[in-house]
Amino acid sequence: MQTKNIPLEELKSVVGEKHFREATAEDAVEGLEPSFVVEPGSVEETSELMRLAARDGLVVAPRGGGTKMHLGDPPRELDLIVSTTRMDEVIEYVPGDQVVRVQSGIKLEDVQEHLSGSNQMLAVDPPERGATVGGVVAANASGPRRFRYGTIRDLIIGITVVLHDGTVAKAGSKVVKNVAGYDLSKLFTGSLGTLGIIATANFRLHPIPEASRTVAVEVESPQAAGEAAQALMRSQVEPTSVELDWSEENRLLTVLVESIPSGVEAKAETASFLLRPFGEVRELSDDEQPGPPPGEVVVKITAPPAELADVLGTILAAAERRDLAHPNITGHAASGVTFVGLSGEEEASAHFVNEMREIWVRRGGSVTLQRAPLALKNRVGTWDNGGDYLGLIRRVKEKFDPRGGLNPGRFVGGI
Amino acid sequence: MERDRLIGAMESILGSEGVISEREQLRSYECDGLMNYRVVPDLVVLPETAEHVQRIVKTCFEEGIPFVARGSGTGLSGGALPVESGVLIVLSRMRKILEVDIPNQRVVVEPGVINVWVSQEVADEGYYYAPDPASQIVSSIGGNLAENSGGVHCLKYGFTTNHVMGAEVVLPDGSVVHIGGGRSPDAPGYDLLGAFVGSEGTLGIATKITLRIVRKPESVRTLLAAFKDTEEAGEAVSGIIGEGIVPAAIEMMDALTIEAVEVAVSPGFPQAGAVLIVELDGPEAEVADQFERVIKICEEAGASEIRVAEDEQERALFWKGRKAAFGAMGRIANDYYVQDSVVPRTELGPVLKKISELSEKHGLRVANVFHAGDGNLHPLVLYDNDAPGEAERAEELAGEIVFACLEHGGSLTGEHGIGEDKKKYMPKMFTTDDMNVMQLLRCAFDPHQISNPGKIFPTPRLCGERPGPFRMHPLQKAGIVEQF
Repeated sequence: MQTKNIPLEELKSVVGEKHFREATAEDAVEGLEPSFVVEPGSVEETSELMRLAARDGLVVAPRGGGTKMHLGDPPRELDLIVSTTRMDEVIEYVPGDQVVRVQSGIKLEDVQEHLSGSNQMLAVDPPERGATVGGVVAANASGPRRFRYGTIRDLIIGITVVLHDGTVAKAGSKVVKNVAGYDLSKLFTGSLGTLGIIATANFRLHPIPEASRTVAVEVESPQAAGEAAQALMRSQVEPTSVELDWSEENRLLTVLVESIPSGVEAKAETASFLLRPFGEVRELSDDEQPGPPPGEVVVKITAPPAELADVLGTILAAAERRDLAHPNITGHAASGVTFVGLSGEEEASAHFVNEMREIWVRRGGSVTLQRAPLALKNRVGTWDNGGDYLGLIRRVKEKFDPRGGLNPGRFVGGI
Repeated sequence: MERDRLIGAMESILGSEGVISEREQLRSYECDGLMNYRVVPDLVVLPETAEHVQRIVKTCFEEGIPFVARGSGTGLSGGALPVESGVLIVLSRMRKILEVDIPNQRVVVEPGVINVWVSQEVADEGYYYAPDPASQIVSSIGGNLAENSGGVHCLKYGFTTNHVMGAEVVLPDGSVVHIGGGRSPDAPGYDLLGAFVGSEGTLGIATKITLRIVRKPESVRTLLAAFKDTEEAGEAVSGIIGEGIVPAAIEMMDALTIEAVEVAVSPGFPQAGAVLIVELDGPEAEVADQFERVIKICEEAGASEIRVAEDEQERALFWKGRKAAFGAMGRIANDYYVQDSVVPRTELGPVLKKISELSEKHGLRVANVFHAGDGNLHPLVLYDNDAPGEAERAEELAGEIVFACLEHGGSLTGEHGIGEDKKKYMPKMFTTDDMNVMQLLRCAFDPHQISNPGKIFPTPRLCGERPGPFRMHPLQKAGIVEQF
């Protein structure tokens, strides 16, 4: 039911008739259906849309590829989805500078495709296909390669954003090294569309490694997994990633090494040698490598990487106590990120999440729901409470979006 | 608050030995590494603990007194320039390394800890702290954090912001927050730490800092190559990057710099139009192969001489020459003005040409020493302060160099910061909206703008909040800011 005055004709005239449509059930965000979906084709159009939205008090959810719309609590209100997918151009790419500037609606795989001709890449590898670059930034989505390259916050060097009222601002630059002004690129990274709409972004790039090998060790216990990860971290192998895959079938710790062809042999050999004390070692082919865990509930636990054995131990113990049979556990083992895929009763999952929070938030980590049915979210919340900085992030939100017009309610602390 | 009462309040926190109020002593704090600007602070305080800092800041907040934090005072943009009628909070007594956590590759330090101490502390374990500004034997981690310091090895390893994982921060209202996950990644909420690093002391004071340490590479190889001119050397740089090689460092020095360095520290560099230092590190097999490729690329670009560092001693000598470059200018000129602008790497050629034209036009010599891998130039404008008008001409020339860099798609500053020195240039790089939006962040952290006021932004704006504990902002009173 429409209660607000939505300026249909004006919105249409900004983006053109065919880029404005009524929302369908598929556009719902965690159960809440917006009225309309608009697809601006430029920064200027985005700005004009937001100006109108602010004028008429419309609540907006920015959307890229839609691969992370399940992340976060349900929005308190929603009128418009502003989809960035028409803004899908590479603005500038100079291979010699190892920098690319893109519009935010371009798909990550399209960027990679564009760069691969010059043997370069944007060194992030979130598992979702179809994610846009803006979405990857907004969700701070990451994958195994983060151990070597960091997350997108370490690669972003410039940004253009459109605020709730249409104000357009940029920060950073297109040079890798720059300290002029505040680093708003990082502030917007992981802000989940609650501070503004990301319109363009600039990134530093890396050369695509010439050769890669994946070595895995079959571990018997959480202890062995923890020690194996430590052995790799303390080595000079410079692994690209160290991944955990622990399920009913597998108990693997895998390491990806990359280098020039002659270098990769030496690295793989050293990695195998280091892993041998912890179990049977074998090489994996590319398609054997673990992805995100299956399960309708996925819990993300972050903790100091040296506590991997403890993280695993507490997960297994809690799952067993709650009759959550065989959780699927994956993770970026050397980075301190673990995902737990659960299938079972809501009651049990809720207890599991609460128990993990009791343990790991107290020990300096965090426990968030990456994916969960609404009922579970309503019960335990997507986020734990953060820390003593909660008041500060609320003040940041108030300054950037004083009217609460962007994704209200979805983020930490009800922001 | 009267000065005497303020001194009393600070002494009650720190004891009399922690408060400097004598004019003569205060003068030693009137500037940082950039000596063009000088302001004598009203008071200098020397806290020894995080609690001291918190109580000092709280007092300042309640009394509406602006404060400036200072580490070792080596900054080159006037970021630690005191403010008049303000308190200078010097953190050099907070020098404890609090924790070394090898399994998690973290070190926790107080802000006054000197950069190089961190690497020394973990060297035996086979680790080091990667960001290595040339000032690393004196500059503090707190200062590095405030400026987001770079260094010669940040091409491969990133900047301070990529190595600070957590911080305890005293906010400008005296409250304490812990931002960034520290040992755990992906702390929920906004990336406040990412926004805080490089904010030049305008958002608060870090009192405890968690750093990432990096495993020492298996192999390090360094060479020095001499070229006819910077253009030829630039071709070698492009060739190396084009091959997909990411060296740990690529540094270039031009003829004038080589001359100065030779007089100052005699590293025995070849007499050439330009010299490159290239360093590779990583696993043995990879480094060996890529090093051969780098040598070949340098030869093809026309290198007249290539010296490979045969041992750690020779490598250290190469770096000694490079790191002495700024100081060495004193041997060939009375005064010099350092610039820190950045250009996209592929624009280095045209920009260097432009700099040489500008140098001729103004009749002043410019020495070039720079991080060639990431396009961060450090043109050193040489002048004589005693010659009438030269200082002004030098500043004008330096400004024109900055504009040339911006015209070629670059930045005002790569690692030294905006501070006091370059804030006047900010509108050349950013629109009013850009700067206003940046200052929204300032308003969230420091609504009364008492933390290092007047830096970074040419026109500070107030935050539209009713002044809490005090009526009118000192800057507003003085007529230099407007209500936001």
